[in-house]
Amino acid sequence: MLTMGIDIGSRSTQCVILEDGQLLTYGNIETGPNSAENACAAVEAAIHRRDELWGEYRMQLPNTDTSHLRIEDMAYIVATGYGRVVVPFANANITEISCHARGAHWFVPGVSTILDMGGQDCKGIRVNERGEVTKFIMNDKCAGGTGRFMEIMAAILQLPLPEIGPISLESTKKIPFNTICAVFAKSEAVALMKDGASKADILAGLHEAISARVLALLKRVGIEEKFVITGGIAKNAGVVRKIEDKLGGLKATIPTEPQIAGALGAALLALDRARKKAAENTSRTICSAPGKEAAPD
Amino acid sequence: MEANYGYCDGSGDYFIVINTDDCDGCNRCVEVCPQSVLELLVDDYEETVVAVGEAFRKKLKESCAACKPVGKRVLPPCIESCAMNAISHSW
Amino acid sequence: MAVAGIDMGALATKVVILEGDRILAATTLATGETGETEAYKAMEEALRQAGLKLEEIKSVISTGTGRKRVLFAQKQRTAMSCHAKGAYFLFPQVRTLIDVGAESAAAIRLSADGKVEDSVGNDKCAAGTGIFLDAMSRMLRVSLGEMGAESLKATGTVPISSMCVIFAESEVISHVHKDPPIPCANILAGIHDSIVDRLFGMGQRVGMEPEVVMTGGVSKNIGIIRAMESKLGMKVLVPEDPQIVGALGAALFAQQENGIRESC
Repeated sequence: MLTMGIDIGSRSTQCVILEDGQLLTYGNIETGPNSAENACAAVEAAIHRRDELWGEYRMQLPNTDTSHLRIEDMAYIVATGYGRVVVPFANANITEISCHARGAHWFVPGVSTILDMGGQDCKGIRVNERGEVTKFIMNDKCAGGTGRFMEIMAAILQLPLPEIGPISLESTKKIPFNTICAVFAKSEAVALMKDGASKADILAGLHEAISARVLALLKRVGIEEKFVITGGIAKNAGVVRKIEDKLGGLKATIPTEPQIAGALGAALLALDRARKKAAENTSRTICSAPGKEAAPD
Repeated sequence: MEANYGYCDGSGDYFIVINTDDCDGCNRCVEVCPQSVLELLVDDYEETVVAVGEAFRKKLKESCAACKPVGKRVLPPCIESCAMNAISHSW
Repeated sequence: MAVAGIDMGALATKVVILEGDRILAATTLATGETGETEAYKAMEEALRQAGLKLEEIKSVISTGTGRKRVLFAQKQRTAMSCHAKGAYFLFPQVRTLIDVGAESAAAIRLSADGKVEDSVGNDKCAAGTGIFLDAMSRMLRVSLGEMGAESLKATGTVPISSMCVIFAESEVISHVHKDPPIPCANILAGIHDSIVDRLFGMGQRVGMEPEVVMTGGVSKNIGIIRAMESKLGMKVLVPEDPQIVGALGAALFAQQENGIRESC
């Protein structure tokens, strides 16, 4: 059975296709202004195995040709994401919290705490052994500590986004930042650069501020083993290191491809629902009177 | 499930915390809120519980200002009305 | 006997020279980068206006975010207490003061005799401060001075759901690019409403009692004042020069400390 999950984020969109719960293929694109077109483009990327954002394709996938797959081949499609998601061909919409929880659970079966750092939001999720949500907290109001913040900083320092993590690790001097507000931090960074502070030190200071904010949020739901970080920012080694430093020994697990956790969870939830529907259909066929057709779904 | 609705920004943390396991959907807090911040909805687990309306999730500091004054220890009407102690504020 | 108060804000440095109940001089100068030199320059300009020399000033008190960089000040006072004192001097009926500067906003409740009873301030988040208006002014290419008047021409308002300056910028961009186009005045009205919502919230937290006075650079924006009055359902009082209120308060403190004025 083929199921599909689509996660439309504020900055990036992912589409994941599973075959009987096993990862078949996925795609990652930049989110466009039109929800429906965006979803179709993500499906295209998945079918052709393209990660248009980071260039590298991180997951090991079965050696099957997926380019012939069509939306109609899917038994069930779940859409999720930022704000009101409108995907016309989806069978259901499920909140990103539940999808992320399930996706992280697939990557790390013993997961208890999930930190998702996305383009414009930050989520803390606690799950039980079955991958069900027991607590959550989300901040999507303040740009401080989100991917947006990182983009702004990378632009000011004139560095490509994928490099700010590794460069921040080269820092030799502590620079404290007084606020997490991206607007204020931006002017502070510009002033520091004029004063001759190194890019590595500025980045390290910013990463320090972000990790402090993110952990304060996460502490509200509690942090316990196993701890997984998902979302685009999980690929920033600098932030991850700062977070781990503050957790005194608790290590964070970063999935091989942290950005697809949401879409993957959506596809798994799609499988649950597809199986449930199939079971209901079977029982209905058994229960219908002899000679009559089973009721249509 | 413990749902924390709200945000943190440069000036602090502002969250309304709803324990959906304890919430029995009685609707009293929804009715008593002067700003209509709270609403009843059906969540992913198909239970009817209280949540903070989407429009308010980024404005809690402002919308709850009248019920949560600075410098005064008062219990906002929503918390007072809940028999199950399912709702609380973080600030 | 003249005294001086100097309010060094993030964007502008204000100086007031006071003698008795008369303001001899009031100047506003851009703060610039080092601050210390600007403090001297602002003081010199004020002295020139008053026709006095620095030695003739009995006492100088500094306030504002840069108060420690005013090396020639005898003492420093918090921005909140200075604004409260200055506002009370100008409007003894004030009970709620809302001060909105370039990078900070505060709401203060005063007693009948001008004491600060409660206050809430924010200088860690750009939302609801002058920077928000500045960013929008650049984005919509309408000067800061004209934004307020323009917003009053609106035929409707476009709600801005984000308080965060960064996210609000993207929202505004998407509104600007809508087809059919939304009138700029309506987008401006939405922006002004968004700021007023936040200021109103701050006021509510300390208790909005009349009379309500607004000070700070942002209160020069007529659109903000009207939106605030509309939300409150009452008149908002604004001093003739809303930016110097902090410096005035500092000068009043200087008078008190030197026995020229009775403390309240």
